[in-house]
Amino acid sequence: MSSAHAEYHAAARARITPVLEGIETIDVATRCGTTTLQVSRDEVLEALTRSKAAGFTTISFVTVVDRMRDGEVKGPRFTLVHQLQSITDGHVVRFHTPLAEDDAIAPSVTGLWPGANYMEREAFDMFGVRFEGHPNLERLLMPDGYGHFPLRKEFPHQGIEPDRLYREWDERRRAKDILVAPDEQTPAPTQDR
Amino acid sequence: MPTQTFEYAPGSEYLDDPVQGEMMHLNMGPQHPATHGVLRIQIDMDGETMHNIKPVVGYLHRGKEKTCETLGWSKFFPHTDRLDYVQPLLNNTAYALALEELAGLEVPQRGQEIRVLLMEVSRIAAHLIYLGTTAIDLGAVSMFFNTFKEREKIYEILDAYTGHRMNNTYIRIGGVFSDVDDQVAQMIATFLDGFSAEIDGFETMLTGNRIWHDRNRDVGVITADDALAWALTGPNLRGSGVEHDLRKLRPYSGYETYDFDVPIGTVGDCYDRYLVRIEEMRQSVKIARQALTRLKASKGAEVIAEDRRYVLPPKDKVHTSMEELIFQFKVVTDMRLPKGEAYHAVESSKGELGFYVVSDGTSDPVRCHIRPPGLYNVQAIPLLAEGRLFSDMMAIIGSLDFVMGEVDR
Repeated sequence: MSSAHAEYHAAARARITPVLEGIETIDVATRCGTTTLQVSRDEVLEALTRSKAAGFTTISFVTVVDRMRDGEVKGPRFTLVHQLQSITDGHVVRFHTPLAEDDAIAPSVTGLWPGANYMEREAFDMFGVRFEGHPNLERLLMPDGYGHFPLRKEFPHQGIEPDRLYREWDERRRAKDILVAPDEQTPAPTQDR
Repeated sequence: MPTQTFEYAPGSEYLDDPVQGEMMHLNMGPQHPATHGVLRIQIDMDGETMHNIKPVVGYLHRGKEKTCETLGWSKFFPHTDRLDYVQPLLNNTAYALALEELAGLEVPQRGQEIRVLLMEVSRIAAHLIYLGTTAIDLGAVSMFFNTFKEREKIYEILDAYTGHRMNNTYIRIGGVFSDVDDQVAQMIATFLDGFSAEIDGFETMLTGNRIWHDRNRDVGVITADDALAWALTGPNLRGSGVEHDLRKLRPYSGYETYDFDVPIGTVGDCYDRYLVRIEEMRQSVKIARQALTRLKASKGAEVIAEDRRYVLPPKDKVHTSMEELIFQFKVVTDMRLPKGEAYHAVESSKGELGFYVVSDGTSDPVRCHIRPPGLYNVQAIPLLAEGRLFSDMMAIIGSLDFVMGEVDR
């Protein structure tokens, strides 16, 4: 890391530290030098609100990291990540919020940034983390009714029953006898992958 | 919104708009030529006015982030090409910069100059796609052929340099795969010399064109505050008058040493976004010329770092030396980045394209999150199009400029 980089990160830290007075934060060690603070779930919304008021006006991304390793989890399984950016001088701050697997619920930030809508929908879609106060927490990339959360570590890369939704739809239309061509009377053999 | 019914008075069937009063649900896409890919938009139509617009994405979802966790850091490189497939070299660079930040790797000066040159040429290529497809959607068919004629020249340059027209995968961790030779530099210089006149030609056809004005001015207006709150970046944000460019704000690859301007709009409509992109192409030409001048001066210098933990050894040595072969094998199959996390974003043609990478010190990535600017451009469609006529949808989709490969990942 060059000295210009270090100076820039130090300026961002000096800016955010007084804002978060009274909120319990833990420094997360990263290699990139970006100010990364761990806050609890109860205080993350307050921390983000204050940061926004202090000039970190835009949200870069919201995502989740799954900490499971070889089927084992030490400590809270999920880490919710928010990254904010100041548009006047490019300062960046990142917040980590640990979430337990059986209680993966976090407050939504769509009230602060309506643009976080898709970011949180994607996090829910991929990891099953729920966001309280989100206007329409539906799946974003995977189809509605999909039964898994694909970016969780236990989900296999080749997928689980990739054609289940299609087969269910196909059975329904055959039962109703709609859209079935006359020469399509016998069901095609399905392949389980 | 519930379906509204309207009781016609006797004789009213001869009124101006007999259809008014009943909502029609219109499903646009996922296979629609104007959606630039597999985007589906559900719209409630009241006559020709759009309400309750709902974009549906995910038809091109290929699980890129999961693929990175499975393949490992170095084998994911070719997959980044397929995100925004009209500007593969920009995607490569964004990913390489994120990994270099995590590894603490410095790229040699000449490597950075080549990257800047390639990124600016890619930006021109991507903006040409925007210009051609948007214009053909709005009825200016000849623009499509003019822009693609220029794009073909860029493809020929990339073919001569990288050996591929598309999906080049030429940026590596630590630099670029090989040096730009005199012939390629000459090709790029010739292209840049002719391209400024071509931009003037595009402007002659569109900027003062009455039809272009009617279709674009005051259509799809978004204010600066809204654009920031809705996470828009890139030309879409600058069209609303916010001077936000990562090349100036958080410079990378030595952009702080290049002389260029950041164009911004005033109103935030489709026409402003068009003007911003036209001017960005001119600025890209300017930056690329500066990079070419520097490349002349730094001839013969290294283009890729020498750190055998992360950087692939030169191909000719791999075939002759046992040690280099082992390094090649280790980097490809078992590259370990230090424990930690990093985020690096570049100013792509669509906005802030960032990679958030998390490593736990082993060769299996913990997380590789891609921040796709295109997804948030899609998210803004309802905001821009609500209450407008259906024909404006083409102008709005075109001017927001997204590529579904990047939106769905």
